[in-house]
Amino acid sequence: MNEQAVFTQIQQEIDDNPVVLFMKGTPMFPQCGFSAAVVQALTLLGVKFKGVDVLTDPGVREGIKQFSNWPTIPQLYVKGEFVGGCDIVREMYQTGELQKVFEDKGIETEPMQTA
Amino acid sequence: MKVADTIRSKLTQAFSPQELEIIDESHLHAGHAGARDGGESHFRVTVVSDAFAGKSRMERQRAVYGVLADELKGPIHALSITARTPEEG
Repeated sequence: MNEQAVFTQIQQEIDDNPVVLFMKGTPMFPQCGFSAAVVQALTLLGVKFKGVDVLTDPGVREGIKQFSNWPTIPQLYVKGEFVGGCDIVREMYQTGELQKVFEDKGIETEPMQTA
Repeated sequence: MKVADTIRSKLTQAFSPQELEIIDESHLHAGHAGARDGGESHFRVTVVSDAFAGKSRMERQRAVYGVLADELKGPIHALSITARTPEEG
């Protein structure tokens, strides 16, 4: 598949799904600690998201890096906008900014209560 | 040159950091895809520099990624970045 077709495929994913995580493995079975960390943050916030497993699609695995000009995976998109990778998502989760991003963009959250 | 030394040299040149910590976490990923014999594939870096003042998280990460672009295409499989200014403590 050429690059343009891959970009079209990626654009389609982020147009069709309000919250998309390009990751290694699946939300149920992440294959990488960094992907798992982002899944955990989204799960703790109770946000519904689509996971795109780049390991099953070499075109997307390389293409997403060009698409966002970001050399690592995972990558989180919210309402078509690139939010960041694992370090950024983790920091934003800890400061409460991540939840605010979802609220500001009208994405439903249901944070888990912690003791 | 060892990968860690290259990282140190490039980050020092680019950001003149007040603090720079480079941790090779490759041993935590031995046997996992992307790990290489001899380690030096998974790194955690902390860069404290005035160069990050007024920049967003994403701009800071992009700046570090940019400096290490060649290594990210080559030996580095994973890179965790903390980039802050001295004032941010």
